[in-house]
Amino acid sequence: MKFIKIQDCYKVYKNGVTATAGLNLEISKGEFVFIIGATGCGKSTLIKMLYREEKPTKGKVIVGGIDVAKLRNGKVYKLRRKLGIVFQDFKLLPKLTVYENVAFPLNSMGLKKSEVKPRVIKALELVGLKEKIRSYPKELSAGMQQRVCIARAMVNSPKLLICDEPTGNLDPETSKEIMNVLDGINKELGTTIVMVTHDKDIVNRMKKRVIMLENGVLISDELKGKYKAHEGV
Amino acid sequence: MLLRSIKDGVRSVFRNFSLSTASILCSTITLILVAVAMVLSANVDNFTKKIEDDMTIVVFLDSKATKEEVENIKTQIENLDNIDEDEIVYKTKAEVKMEMQSESAIFNTVMGDWNDDTNPLKDTFQLKVKDIEQINKTAKEIEKMDKVSTVQYGEGIVEKMVGAFKWIERIAYGTVLALILVTIFLIINTIKLTIFSRQKEIEIMRLVGASNFVIKTPFIVEGMFLGLIGSVIPVLVVLFGYTTLYDVTKGYLFSPIIQLIKPTPFIYYTSGIIILIAMIVGMIGSARASRKYLKV
Repeated sequence: MKFIKIQDCYKVYKNGVTATAGLNLEISKGEFVFIIGATGCGKSTLIKMLYREEKPTKGKVIVGGIDVAKLRNGKVYKLRRKLGIVFQDFKLLPKLTVYENVAFPLNSMGLKKSEVKPRVIKALELVGLKEKIRSYPKELSAGMQQRVCIARAMVNSPKLLICDEPTGNLDPETSKEIMNVLDGINKELGTTIVMVTHDKDIVNRMKKRVIMLENGVLISDELKGKYKAHEGV
Repeated sequence: MLLRSIKDGVRSVFRNFSLSTASILCSTITLILVAVAMVLSANVDNFTKKIEDDMTIVVFLDSKATKEEVENIKTQIENLDNIDEDEIVYKTKAEVKMEMQSESAIFNTVMGDWNDDTNPLKDTFQLKVKDIEQINKTAKEIEKMDKVSTVQYGEGIVEKMVGAFKWIERIAYGTVLALILVTIFLIINTIKLTIFSRQKEIEIMRLVGASNFVIKTPFIVEGMFLGLIGSVIPVLVVLFGYTTLYDVTKGYLFSPIIQLIKPTPFIYYTSGIIILIAMIVGMIGSARASRKYLKV
């Protein structure tokens, strides 16, 4: 079953820059996919379209049965509640504790305290940070902060986890830890993971599906692929 | 959900304390001016109405006017647009005489010997006008009627005074409106700064699937709450300031003709209106700011 369908997708920004040009792509439920390519090849735009931060200029982007181009601004939250997003810069709120950060999406959805607590604990257990529940982000290492970000993305039990260079700010050892967490989530929970990365070692070690973009066009799509050198790198 | 938004909105007022204080102080100052302008316009309106209500045109008829002619004059007066038809009072010269006799012992003695033939007084119509500013024109129209001897009213001073009061009232209303707009502008700016200072939080809320309602409501509540706090001092000014003014002036300004409105229940209505204005203005300000700067 295809969870993501991208059909003849074009994205041209107002300044005339073409980010994707006739992209066709399908990702099945439970897959772990790396998206690689040089800076400006359209990978960020592609994942931004998956969570409807950007709209395709032409073509279709369907995520979990929702046509994101047709989604009205006021209804975007419905799509976002079905997926989790992990950011390179973690995007944690510094004034909130680890618990409060992870509980943030559930509180925003208006869930009761009694419903929030067990789900937050479960998500923190998933990333191995249950003991840091009362800490503030600045008291944690970068790797731990990224794990909090993953816990926040997973607290809603999403079917799709979008990771935008989650190891971009981390050292190789911590990157490995984060990838183990993500791999565990993919294998144990069956969550579909789409991850944009520049990290050659990770891509080569994980042996997952690798999609490579160049100038907004898909140039290779391999199962158990390897990191390929591309122009500009 | 709504309760949490309200809590967040109220909490944000204290979290961004310095920003909130600036906004509250500005709202307080403008709302005090709004309150003063409201009290002024209400009072001007009140004593203008009182003066207008007391203002009477007295039409003295020709002593030779027949009954038919008097009826004819009445019909003509009734047909004038500015005359209040329900307030036309006709008095014969005998009735005028009796009235004057009852008012003063001297009149009673002097007029005691007058009979219908020797009574020099005239039959009168006492009239009230709808628009005081048109009284001069109306009086002139009546004067032109056949068998009308003279027309009298508080010529000159009163109408000029009423005209001036109406202008004061208009200026006060204009000031209230302008100050309300200034307050809206101030609240928009405060909420804008709050939104900017919380941009990261808002971005994360959007990305983790918070609905527009959840994102916007705390800001709307915050605006209303800022307005509410800002209205506390203006309300106290109205409650205690106006009562003191009334007591000190004994209820009138300069002359007994300019009577002030009694404090109760006037101060309570005015305070209620100020609180309402403050909250609505806060709500409008924050709704505008959040629509413009939240991009939700």
